[in-house]
Amino acid sequence: MNEIRIQIDGKEVRVGEGMTVLEGAQSAGITIPKLCHHDKLVPFGGCRLCIVEVGNGVSAKLVVSCVYPVEENLVVRTRSEKIDRIRKTILELLLAHAPNSPELQVLAREYGADKDRFEKEASFCIHCGLCVRYCNEVKKLNAVGFVDRGIRKEIAFIPGIAARECKNCMECFPLCPTSYLQAAFVLIEALAFSTTSSGTASTE
Amino acid sequence: MTIDIDRIDQIIDMHQCEASSLIQVLLEIQGENHWLPKEALDRVSEKLQVPLSRTMHIASFYKAFSLVPKGRHEVHICMGTACHVRGAKRILETVEDLTGIKPGETDADMKFSLETVNCLGCCALGPVMEINGKAHGKISVSETAAVLERYE
Ligand code: SF4
Ligand code: FES
Repeated sequence: MNEIRIQIDGKEVRVGEGMTVLEGAQSAGITIPKLCHHDKLVPFGGCRLCIVEVGNGVSAKLVVSCVYPVEENLVVRTRSEKIDRIRKTILELLLAHAPNSPELQVLAREYGADKDRFEKEASFCIHCGLCVRYCNEVKKLNAVGFVDRGIRKEIAFIPGIAARECKNCMECFPLCPTSYLQAAFVLIEALAFSTTSSGTASTE
Repeated sequence: MTIDIDRIDQIIDMHQCEASSLIQVLLEIQGENHWLPKEALDRVSEKLQVPLSRTMHIASFYKAFSLVPKGRHEVHICMGTACHVRGAKRILETVEDLTGIKPGETDADMKFSLETVNCLGCCALGPVMEINGKAHGKISVSETAAVLERYE
């Protein structure tokens, strides 16, 4: 891979061409907070926590680092008053859904986010898509997916596939940033309340 | 399910089994069958080689699709401002009485499904009752029953 030079937080670093800013920073040992990014998965850009500022002066702009590609001489700032403020608000919004998530709590301390700022609506899932994408991209089983949209969007297991596959896998559980139990609960629900065991693409 | 698997296969074949035609295929099945039964979703997923989880995501995302049975005739009563001030509420109550169902419901004979909508875009015709896409404008309470009777 060709190397190009970029600047992150004032430091000159060499990163691989074609990387995203987040990957570039990671390869240079610089941490950018993230929730929905996973090294084995296609970038998703869902949580927006990895937001950074690129460029200088009037051309400076906020971009989502896990989907923004690096380019020669790109100047990146991973922390600033503005960035921290945005991350704080994102965390406060997510905490309204998953107030007890250890991962969110650690980040909340770092960014001074108040978990009680917004009224609680404990849905636990923050739609990072890690479980859904892992099952689809890595395991290629597609046992879990999203259904519905907007405020009603949630994960759901396909009972027929889940009954067959999940018992031997469950690799998505520990990926969940809010609670190991979230996917587990939805899985049990799918298995317990499905009236038939089909639900897979059957031919009969 | 009133639509049979052969008909579903025909629709899929018309789209050359292309995964990119997923929404179009679902729309056509929805159009003929008024809702998307599980068997239809299974079949579409299998033939288009789209994971069922994705088909479910799409089918539950768009309002154009219904995952619960719908009647043969879809009745939409406009409750937008213009229709509201011209008595849409009384039209709705009359339709509820005549069909025995509330908005979001379908009657036992699978004849009518009732929904309210917030503007059909033809305010000058208010109050408007739309059935299967046909607008019945400036409708009065007394005319409602006669209009509904025209549908089998
Ligand atoms: S259940 Fe957890 S891993 Fe899955 S989308 Fe929701 S927050 Fe992400
Ligand atoms: S890690 Fe980049 S948007 Fe979630």
